[in-house]
Amino acid sequence: MSTTAAGVIFILSLIAALAVAYRFLGDYLYRVVSGTAHSRVERGLYRVVGVNPAGEQTWGVYARSVLAFSAVSILFLYAVMRLQAHWFNTPKMTGVTDHIAWNTAVSFVTNTNWQAYSGESTMTHLTQMAGLAVQNFVSAGVGIAVAVALVRGFARSRTGQLGNFWVDLIRITLRILLPIAVLGAIVLIIGGVVQNLSGGTDVTTLAGGTQHLTGGPVASQEVIKDLGTNGGGFYNVNSAHPFENPTTWTNWFEIFLLLCIPFALPRVFGRMVGDNRQGYAIVAIMAILAVASVALTNGFEIAHHGTVPQAVGAAMEGKDVRFGIPNSATFAASTTLTSTGSVDSFHDSYTALGGMMPIINMMLGEVAPGGVGSGLYGMLILAVITVFVAGLMVGRTPEYLGKKIGAREVKFASLYFLTTPALVLIGTAAAMATSNHTTALNVGPHGFSEVLYAFTSAANNNGSAFAGITVNTPWWDTALGLAMLLGRFVPMVFVLGLAGALARQKPVPESAGTLPTHRPLFVGMVVGVVVILIALTFLPALALGPLAEGL
Amino acid sequence: MMRLPSWLSQHLAALRALLVFTVLLGLAYPLAMVAIAKLPGLNDNAAGSLVNGVDGKQVGSRIIGQAFTDADGDPVPKYFQSRPSAAGDGYDPMSTAASNLGPESIEDTLPVPGAVDEEGNPDEGTQSLLTQVCTRSKAVGELEGVDGTRPYCTDDGVGAVLRVYHRDGLTGPVTRAVSVNQACPATPFAATYEGVTVECGKPGEDYSQGVLTPIRGDAPDDPAVPADAVTASASGLDPHISIGYAKLQAPRVARERATDVATITRLIEEHTTGRALGFMGEPGVNVLDLNIALDLQFPARG
Repeated sequence: MSTTAAGVIFILSLIAALAVAYRFLGDYLYRVVSGTAHSRVERGLYRVVGVNPAGEQTWGVYARSVLAFSAVSILFLYAVMRLQAHWFNTPKMTGVTDHIAWNTAVSFVTNTNWQAYSGESTMTHLTQMAGLAVQNFVSAGVGIAVAVALVRGFARSRTGQLGNFWVDLIRITLRILLPIAVLGAIVLIIGGVVQNLSGGTDVTTLAGGTQHLTGGPVASQEVIKDLGTNGGGFYNVNSAHPFENPTTWTNWFEIFLLLCIPFALPRVFGRMVGDNRQGYAIVAIMAILAVASVALTNGFEIAHHGTVPQAVGAAMEGKDVRFGIPNSATFAASTTLTSTGSVDSFHDSYTALGGMMPIINMMLGEVAPGGVGSGLYGMLILAVITVFVAGLMVGRTPEYLGKKIGAREVKFASLYFLTTPALVLIGTAAAMATSNHTTALNVGPHGFSEVLYAFTSAANNNGSAFAGITVNTPWWDTALGLAMLLGRFVPMVFVLGLAGALARQKPVPESAGTLPTHRPLFVGMVVGVVVILIALTFLPALALGPLAEGL
Repeated sequence: MMRLPSWLSQHLAALRALLVFTVLLGLAYPLAMVAIAKLPGLNDNAAGSLVNGVDGKQVGSRIIGQAFTDADGDPVPKYFQSRPSAAGDGYDPMSTAASNLGPESIEDTLPVPGAVDEEGNPDEGTQSLLTQVCTRSKAVGELEGVDGTRPYCTDDGVGAVLRVYHRDGLTGPVTRAVSVNQACPATPFAATYEGVTVECGKPGEDYSQGVLTPIRGDAPDDPAVPADAVTASASGLDPHISIGYAKLQAPRVARERATDVATITRLIEEHTTGRALGFMGEPGVNVLDLNIALDLQFPARG
């Protein structure tokens, strides 16, 4: 079979598996987030945390709970890293430097998992397990919880109550993330992923050299890294490392893991608002954008334009043999269409246009399908904006799912949309205006792309990188840490504000002037609005980097 | 008892929740997975797929690539060679990395003879990705006795790149052309460019006013040395090489092992991993496995 044919079947098989996940995982997720029966373990946890599971929260209290949990998490994780030399120091490490610890703590709590450090030479096994991997679970749980709260805003009326953050977080973590993680970790170990507490093995190689083979509880972290769209690798080279991603099929499995929950959540949306067709419409928008992006990334990489790829005869720099070019491209597109950021190949060495695709995917706001939770709420915000634009065109009060999109709702949606582009462009401008862009490895337009990529990735909580750039300087750690923090929690507050505003309303009955939001027309409109908004916002920046290099 | 202010009680609830999650997800879960990983059938993988050499000593991991070079970094001819690696000095699991050099990384910084850096080390310059590719292609070609030329490469194994000066900046007739990757006194890969004599590159000189122009040359589109042999992998630990690169090395290994190419080719096939389910990934030859099998079946002369 030709490489291209195999690459196409690889994509089709993922689509088929995701369609199954949409239905069955989606229905399961729905039952978890809407159920009211609590297990004994959950009741025990509620008691320890001190929460009454029947007591619901207004949007303000919900948001403050999210922020309190995240603030405590950042401080705790910072302390774990700074003090790691003092407990179970295997393999032997020193405490993490202050600015790297700040950056990493923010990075993992915000579900970004940008890595200004190299795992194998910075973190002890205990820090990885009890610090970083815990945030892999709970930051994913926070994202799903906020998305569910927004959907409740659509589904409910004349109430201030959006559910209880602590109950949502605990149920999502225990009933969804943990069971899949246990099964997935076993699957990965079968594939060859390591799972041990060893400090490593020294061997004399066949040719007489030495090699230190690393150990670590990798499988348990790898699975949630992908499932929770986190992306922080146990090792520096992330999912390219054979101990994280040993075979051609573990590569497929990891791509599936990072896409399955984001693509299943629209099903939850459809069922919660009582109309599955609404879920189909949202997932269709996501799928159109995703398939287009995956196809383009594959196409650009297979075509291998550019001087070095032409000299080589293939875009093979920064790619492992077992994954090959098409599957590496599919991974790259998937990891940036979601907020994952794990990589099995190095985007910095992609062709100019192939490397532009991950940047564009992130600039879309990671909504196709986006991060766990954040993808759904990002897409619903874009749907709200589309309804508003459509309303302006025909001169009627816009409404979505029986809720009026009035001044308050549109303000929240617009502020949400404006936050990350502002962070990306201001951050990039700041790096270029100061001398901090000189830490880029490559020169010319490609160096600019490295800077643009860094801020796009941080502000959108992706975490992948054009990794040639050196970012473990105090300026970069601080600036990107702020971009991640603001890019995560400012939009979240706007989402919850929107949820509160929607939940308060009483539903408007459907009329002849209502724009149906489950038809292909609406799907096409949202796709158009997304593409136009993003192009207007980012085209000038792209023209200076990847477009200048690739055209 | 005094009621705590709500902001404080909220943060205390958050702390309690985080501690519970840390115990459950940060300790119980990964340790349980470590325990499950001890089960027969999983334990070998979970420990790192370690393999033994002919003498029974551990020589590496089946899924981690290694270098088959001597102390000077030269290929050991009796072994199949792995791909280039950007992990440390090559295949170092303690500093895994890719090169991260971009598709238009084509201009070297030539080392200035006699210059030293802040630590007193001699200036080594920096090689562009293009020059790295050309150098590797030339070296592999020489080792395997095939044509190592590639598009955009000079015969002496660096990137064929000119800085071209025009009368009016970006336009107008060419006034000067410099082969920037070929340090003087090298003979430039082309004698003239649009009627102007091509100069060799002077280390330390600023050529940034010229237009960077890669020259394709007349090398075949499909070079004899395969793509994976001249590029660094993503992980820096790539355990595989392409079937093409393995077959290219077969005659040399057969000669070193005093056997025939057909036997070696059969051994390559035995150690080739195909696509899972017929469509996932690309076929690859596991270099360590193959070399261990060689040591077992065809101990090298001497």
